[in-house]
Amino acid sequence: MTRRVAIVGVGATVFRSVSPELSYKELMYEAAIRAYADAGIDPRVDVDSFVTSAEDLHEGTSIFDEYTPDQLGGVLRPNHTITADGLNSIAAAYMQILTGEFDVVVVEAHSKASNSLTPEQVAAYALDPVYTRPLRAHPHFIAGMEMNRFLSESGYTREQCAQVCVKNRRNALANPLAAYGASTELREVLESPPAFAPLSHADIARYADGAVVVVLADEERARQLNSIPIWVRGVGWCSDTPALETRDWGQAVYARLSSQMAYKMAEIQNPREEIDLAELDDSFSYKELQAMEALGLCEPGQAGAMTVAGETKPDGSLPVNISGGSLGTGLAHEATGLLKLFEIVLQLRGHAGPRQLKNARVGVAQSWKGIPHTSGAVVVLGRE
Amino acid sequence: MGLRDVAVVGAGLTKFMRRSLETGRELAFEASKMALDSCGLTMDDVDCVVIGTAPDAFDGVHMKGEWLADGAGGWRKPVMRGYVGGGTGVFSPIQAWYHIASGLFDVCLVVCEEKMSTCQPHPQGAFLTIFDHTTERALKPNLLWIFAMEMQRYMTTYGISERDIARVAVKNKRNGLDHPATQVGADITVDDVMNSAVMSWPVKRLDVSPTSDGAVAMVLASDRVARRITDKPVWIQGVGWSLDTQYWANRDLAYPTYLEKAARMAYSMAGVKEPRKEINIVEPYDPFDYKELHHLEGLQLAPKGGAPQLIIDGVTERTGNMPSCPSGGLLGVGNPIAAAGLMKVSEIFWQLRGEAGKRQVPGTPARGLAQAWGDLMQVGTVIILGNEPSSR
Amino acid sequence: MSQVVDRRQSVSSSEPHDLPTLPGTPLRDSDIREGRVLTERWDPDLRYAWDTGIAISRYLQGLKEGKLLGSFCSTCERLVVPPRIVCEQCFRPMREYLPVKDTGTVNTFSISHVAWNAQPIQTPDIPAVIDLDGASPGIGILHKLGEVDPNAVQTGLRVEAVWEPARKRKGAITDIRYFRPLS
Repeated sequence: MTRRVAIVGVGATVFRSVSPELSYKELMYEAAIRAYADAGIDPRVDVDSFVTSAEDLHEGTSIFDEYTPDQLGGVLRPNHTITADGLNSIAAAYMQILTGEFDVVVVEAHSKASNSLTPEQVAAYALDPVYTRPLRAHPHFIAGMEMNRFLSESGYTREQCAQVCVKNRRNALANPLAAYGASTELREVLESPPAFAPLSHADIARYADGAVVVVLADEERARQLNSIPIWVRGVGWCSDTPALETRDWGQAVYARLSSQMAYKMAEIQNPREEIDLAELDDSFSYKELQAMEALGLCEPGQAGAMTVAGETKPDGSLPVNISGGSLGTGLAHEATGLLKLFEIVLQLRGHAGPRQLKNARVGVAQSWKGIPHTSGAVVVLGRE
Repeated sequence: MGLRDVAVVGAGLTKFMRRSLETGRELAFEASKMALDSCGLTMDDVDCVVIGTAPDAFDGVHMKGEWLADGAGGWRKPVMRGYVGGGTGVFSPIQAWYHIASGLFDVCLVVCEEKMSTCQPHPQGAFLTIFDHTTERALKPNLLWIFAMEMQRYMTTYGISERDIARVAVKNKRNGLDHPATQVGADITVDDVMNSAVMSWPVKRLDVSPTSDGAVAMVLASDRVARRITDKPVWIQGVGWSLDTQYWANRDLAYPTYLEKAARMAYSMAGVKEPRKEINIVEPYDPFDYKELHHLEGLQLAPKGGAPQLIIDGVTERTGNMPSCPSGGLLGVGNPIAAAGLMKVSEIFWQLRGEAGKRQVPGTPARGLAQAWGDLMQVGTVIILGNEPSSR
Repeated sequence: MSQVVDRRQSVSSSEPHDLPTLPGTPLRDSDIREGRVLTERWDPDLRYAWDTGIAISRYLQGLKEGKLLGSFCSTCERLVVPPRIVCEQCFRPMREYLPVKDTGTVNTFSISHVAWNAQPIQTPDIPAVIDLDGASPGIGILHKLGEVDPNAVQTGLRVEAVWEPARKRKGAITDIRYFRPLS
């Protein structure tokens, strides 16, 4: 009899472009105490394992996991770091609980992007040192190339991508955690300065600082702790090639394979019908359309039209990025996926206030590792 | 233990070298291929991949896990990189254990790689960035400082001499001569250690393991699959890990409490009640000779301050009652950080199968333990392997 | 999950030491110097400005004023340095900042002949963990010793901070130049 795993607590700080009065430790602590209060637990007694998501170069410290346990209540407990988006840590926590050896696991991720003074150097440091870095081009060229190929293969247009920006930033106005809520016009997005053509500046999500903590528990604990456990129905993650030379430029294969793994676990055969809301990668506007296709949330070639017709708006047939997405909340390094998960948890609990959807029963969160990579994760959550 | 029992079914490794021609990816590939070949599997048989590698700063690639994935068979598969600094080499099979014990996967390839020589002029310089950026980095610490200080505190607390500690280096370097991967196996004496250059007193050159390039890979499988792959699966009976406070100067440096926690977690899972009697063979992490002693005590295999006596009495020789670092360890083979820890796990694997060749300990060891350590001297990772699945 | 064919027949028991030499091609520095092996070089320019936040800002402010501050946990009755907003043992918030003395006892030390980048240095550094007077037992900080013969240093040595003059202090751990034996 397989165990079931639920999310029993979530906590997040507000996300802002700068957070000068708090160190990253203090951001982590704030998110943690909110999550623990939400779950009704004491981390020194109730938590069996801690999983954090971080990359050294985002922090400016090597072996960053050294600095995580104290402010999470994890000292002298099992702690480890996953160098990937928070959704991967959710998968790791899920697996730990399923082994039967852990009942309550905490997941954390944060962004202090404002503290990194040379982000393009950090991004360049991820490029292959022999094949790509010597070209000395700003790494975002990779997103520009991917967008170009994607539009050419799919037939989507820059206007449809721009519609994603308009929708998500407007959605963010209703999200008190979001950094970049705004009422923008399509024209403004299209006329924003070109960045890495066909990308314009407005197509690119800006960074924000903040932290998210999630508490997971097995079914028995979950039912003791929280009146509305949100079930982890499925998880999936996948790494495609890091090589620029041999990758599939048009499709998000990693997202498709991740979602297939998660849907299989969640016993979802028809995602378009069975998923009520989706929080998808929109670190670049076109990625949302690419993810919609990869996750089977629309017929091939339909994502652009659906967006323009308003189907992915909050009052549409498949709300996408009701949180505001990264375009609206701010891109948050490894916390990006957890922010998406946070929204879905609130929606499924019926606690999303002015953003609350009717009949939200099943949601999917999806994240991408970011430039220059083709890896990512998917988590499916359900009320049942 | 866990939903399903998990076994190690194959392993492989590259040479450990001061500087290799091969790139990190190529090292990962060579080790992965050897591990798969050793148990007759191909990448089609592998469901998921766990990659272990220490700071990105060494290989000089940010998001190193993704970059290595191709070489580690991670193409279009679920790949995860877990990270606990120097503890990673033993943590990676633990991570693979929870992948399989969860019921989600049957076969996991674990690959640990490090190419420290990329960091020039010396990989040691990269360690500056592990110190707190505000309260410590400005003092320009050398990594050796903190280990030298921990060694000094250990010596002072228990009245242990440098000569007694040096015996560990002698033992391990001699053992290392028999390891095919060895970079630094040698026949040395305690006097050689005592006469070697003082780098950061009391740490001398021969007290320390080298920086290295190298990779190790291992295949883990669920019970029903493991028995089809090999006649001699080696079962994971217990795992444990624990991370202490980041404020390392607020801690008792004479004793690794975090390791005791990790060890007790693993012993409890494995049903081990008297470790000294029930662990037949041990690979404690030995980047410095004093650490083997420190760790034997944290592992509850020697009383506090009592580990040196085990060395003196010959208990820890290959022919002794509890062989310790029969592989030669980091001091005798080399220290490509994450790969070094996995090398120790592979040693227990081969020893339990009777396949350690010249390093084989006599008798039939039935249960062994491998351990790694890292971060600001604050993480302990422990894995217990045995010829039977856990008794629990 | 995967279908694994029973492969036991096709695999021979492998003894690593009987295998031909393990893969890997060790290089000498001369291979690179003399151009037999090609290399690609990258000099990273990675810069950060870390927000010090509530607790460490107080600590740095204290250093600028010539004081060492700690934070106090009333539940555990612990006074710890450097200060932090949460007690890592009981997880209760720490809101009280109290000064500790700038004298202490050497918990442990080393005598280092190499710089942070592994280059040899002429005058040895003497890093130490100094347990501070007024802080809870065993609460120490990393710093360096000065004005002392390395051979005279031992665990238990009583020391005092030597501060930079006030006008030179910036609010950094280096506002303390080093610790020297108590006069």
